[in-house]
This record gives sequence, C-alpha cells and structure tokens, in this order.
Amino acid sequence: MKESSILWRGEMTTRRALTGRGMSFLSGGMLWLLGFLILPSLIFIALSFAERGVYGEVIWTFSLENYRRLAGFSSFGWTPDYLLILGRSVIVAFVTTSVAILLSYPLTFFIASRPERSRFMWLVIIIIPFWTNIVIRTYAWFFLFSPEFPFARIAAFLGLIPAGTSLYPSAFAVYVGMISDYLPFLALPLYSSVERLDWSLVEAAQDLYASRIRVFMQAILPQTAPGLTVGIILTFVPTMATFVVPDLLGGAKYMLVGNLIQQQFGASRDWPFGAAISMALMLMTLFSMRIYRRKGKKVDLL
Amino acid sequence: MKKNRHIVIQSISFFTIAMLYLPLFGVAVFSVNSAKYGWVWKEFTLKWYTSLFSNEYILAAAWNTLVLAVVSTLISTLIGTLFAIGISRFPWGRKTDSFLDILLNFPVVIPDIVMAGSLVVVFALLRSVSDLFEAGLVTMIIGHITFQIAFVALVVRSRLVSIGTDIEEAARDLFASNWYLMRRIMLPLLLPGIVAGAMLAFTLSLDDFVISFFTSGPDSQTLPLYIYSAVRRGVTPQIHALSTLVVFITVILVVAAERISRKN
Repeated sequence: MKESSILWRGEMTTRRALTGRGMSFLSGGMLWLLGFLILPSLIFIALSFAERGVYGEVIWTFSLENYRRLAGFSSFGWTPDYLLILGRSVIVAFVTTSVAILLSYPLTFFIASRPERSRFMWLVIIIIPFWTNIVIRTYAWFFLFSPEFPFARIAAFLGLIPAGTSLYPSAFAVYVGMISDYLPFLALPLYSSVERLDWSLVEAAQDLYASRIRVFMQAILPQTAPGLTVGIILTFVPTMATFVVPDLLGGAKYMLVGNLIQQQFGASRDWPFGAAISMALMLMTLFSMRIYRRKGKKVDLL
Repeated sequence: MKKNRHIVIQSISFFTIAMLYLPLFGVAVFSVNSAKYGWVWKEFTLKWYTSLFSNEYILAAAWNTLVLAVVSTLISTLIGTLFAIGISRFPWGRKTDSFLDILLNFPVVIPDIVMAGSLVVVFALLRSVSDLFEAGLVTMIIGHITFQIAFVALVVRSRLVSIGTDIEEAARDLFASNWYLMRRIMLPLLLPGIVAGAMLAFTLSLDDFVISFFTSGPDSQTLPLYIYSAVRRGVTPQIHALSTLVVFITVILVVAAERISRKN
C-alpha cells in the first residue's frame, strides 16, 4: 500500500520518510543521553537499595537499609548526624540564595543605570567570576583567610578566634565562600530582566504614594520574576550539592551533603549509600523548587 | 532622598564587586611576590610563573585540560546541533515533544555530583565489557559531553526558533535537496548559534570540577584537579601563579566571546 504524501514546510514527502529523517537527526543525542544519563540514573536508583560488600563491591540484594541508615538508624541505636547534615545543607543553600538575591538587586540596578557605553564593561565584571573555575575562587578565599592575613588577625584581635589560627574551617568561611562563588549565577540572569525593566510602572507606583516595599513588591518584583527564577534555580541547585566550598573552607566541622556523597565514592567506597544520599539530595532539591514554583510562575531555562 | 538611595545602591554594589574580586586580586598580588610565606612583600618577581613551565605535572595537567575541552566540545557541538535540528524541525507528536524537552532539561537541573556518581557506577559496570572505560581521559570526555550536549542543543534551538522557517520553505519550493538545504541554507544561518553553543560547551568544560574529579584516573589530572589537590598539601606561590594564569585566560575567553556574540 502506498503511503499518502504530505506537505511539510514546502516539501512533498511521506510521513514515514519525515519520521525517518527526523530520527536520524535525533539518534545521536538520544542514544548518548539515554546511555550516559537516563540509564545511569535508573541504575543509580536501583543501586540506592543495594548493599555494600566487605571490600566495597556492590551486592545486588535490595532493602531499605541505606535509607534507614540515612535517617539515623544503625545497630548502635539512633543518631541525628546524617539528618543534621541534610538539614544544614538546606539552610546553607537557602541563606546563600537569599543573601545573593539581596546583594544582586542593588548590583544589577547599579549596572543597568550606567551609561550605555560603560555598561558592557560593568557587565563583564560579573561575567568573569561566573566563568572562573570554582576551585580557584574558593582557593583564593582559603588563601586570604590564612592566619597571617588581616582578616584572621582582626578576628583574633576581637577575640573571635585564637591568635595565630586561620578563619577556616568555620561556618563563616563556608558562607563567605558560598555567597561569593554563587552570586554571579543569580546576578547574571537577574540582570537580563532588570535591563528590560519598564521604569514608567515604577514611577507610576511612586506617584501614587506607594511605600518603598510596595513599589518593590508590585512594580519591580513581578517584572523581574523570570530572571530571578532562573537565577534562583542556578544558585539553589548547585549550592545544595556543592562539596568544594565546604571541603576547603568548612572541613569536618561543617560538612554538607555534597561532602557526604563524595566520601561514599571516595574514602568509604560505599556506593549504594552514596546513591541513597544522592536520591535524598535530589528529592530535597525538587521539593524546595516545588515550594518555590507554587508561588512563582512556569520556569524557562536559558 | 533620591541621592541617598543611589549612594546606598552604589556602596552595596561596590561591596559585592569587592567580594568577588578581592580574593582573586590578593592571589594575583602574591603570585609576583618573591616571599614564599606570609603577609610580607619582598620584591617583584616572575619566578613562580617561569617555574610553572618546568613543572612536568602542571604541563601535563594543562595539556589534559586542553585535550578534554577541545575533544568534548567538538563531539558535543556536533551531536547537540543535530539534536536541536531534530527536535525543532520535524512534526513530532505532543508526547514525543515533551519527552525530548525533559531529556534536554534534565542535565541542566540535575546536581552535578549526582550525575558524577551515577557515571562512576556505569563506568564500573562498562569496564567489565571493555577496557575503554578505565578511569582516565576517555571517561572524563564522555562525562563532559553528557552535560555539554544539552547546553549546545538549547542554544542552537533558540537560534532555530529565531531564524524561523520561511527561508527553508522557500528553498524547498525551489527544489533544494536535503543535503543542499543543510549545507547551504541551515548551516550558514545556524552558524552563530553553533559557535555560541560551542563556546558555552568549551567554557563549561574548563569550568567543571565535580564531573572531572569523579571520573578522572591517576594519569588524567586537569588544572582544577591539580590545584585542588595542591591546596591540601599547602598553599604555595606557584599555585597563586597558576591560578592567576587560569583566571587571566578566562578573562581573555570571556571578552572574546562577548565581542563575537555582540557582533552577531
């Protein structure tokens, strides 16, 4: 039976020929992503229910043991250690994102208010840290917080830390590192919205004697919501999962879920438990985004 | 009152910019200081920079970084571009469309450490099939391509949307063959998008730490991995010099990329 011809974008063809050609365009990317992204993720989910052998090998017998362990139950009774790490990661991600928002609004307004000619230069000032490797930027804080440097000396003078010690490992160092490392991920998408802001709406609100908070909430926030949303996702997801910053600046004192996962794939070699923690991380990230999304609108990345 | 507000906005902005640049600036200053330790300035020197070029570990790491970035960018640009054309130029049903959309956005939103962990496991399984998946440059390249494809495809797709389909239809009306259409019409029109996607992929590769850290082998150190392991052994001016050099290269790449994309 002969298939009937269809007209598609100026071309007389058959549906089958079109599908065949389309599939040949898609096949490379599809096979790659299925093979190295989707399939691994599915194996990972299964792995999180498996068991670790004596030598770190995987034994494929399924139980909820890893999740029970993550919740703190072990043969020695109940400890909140893992749950504390998970909770701390959420708090760190939340605080980092919030501070980044508070700092990014003035920064993007400032850049948008520069004269057209120098605006590009100011913008490059945020793009450069955006693209600079995070290890290098974290290392730079590590260096700046060492004992002989003014920051640590001032803190020692104020009695916050013992004299002659560095500012890391500490929660303070982790927060400073996190905020400065991830701020460009929020500021850059936000700027794309701020740049297009319709100031006449802001002025109208001001003319009608709206308070500053109302001007922001009703004239600025809705207009900048698209950029802000992308920025929040780009900041929140990596800050939840980061392990470079807490590893260099927090040490064992301030472990986050990223370090915990890395341990399971490094020193401890307990892949099933690592997979279970990863699942918890994914769930917490999705859950947080869900709460945010309910309040915001639909998200478009890039 | 208005003036006051400007001053507040300005001072917060300068504070933020200082927070972004002070550490990098500090490292750069101490990379040309001949004192090896501490908060003292001795004299200007470039010896830490010249010593980089006689350190074979660093040279090997730099070479690995470059090979990793170039190879993964080339492959992911090819696959990603075809993928984007496949997605947006054929009449897929609604279900296929939303499946492809999820496939495309998944690598963007999945935490990199989770992706890295799952790759470690899959490479371990594949190793029993072929030696190719022994941890090293090959596994790192595969890992990088996996996250790059989606970014390339997203950039190229947005270009496909913005150029519209009129010219293609006109070409078809004039009896252009598939091959002619691809080579003489789509390719030139898409080129800015493809270049932008490739530049994004390249910078993502240079920027990556987590995927490389998990999938690397003993002989496939890259510069970020080298710096990371060096910090744990102690901070040295040589690492300052290396970091400053990497930042400097980043600055050049960013400015060049902005120039090119602004021209388009």
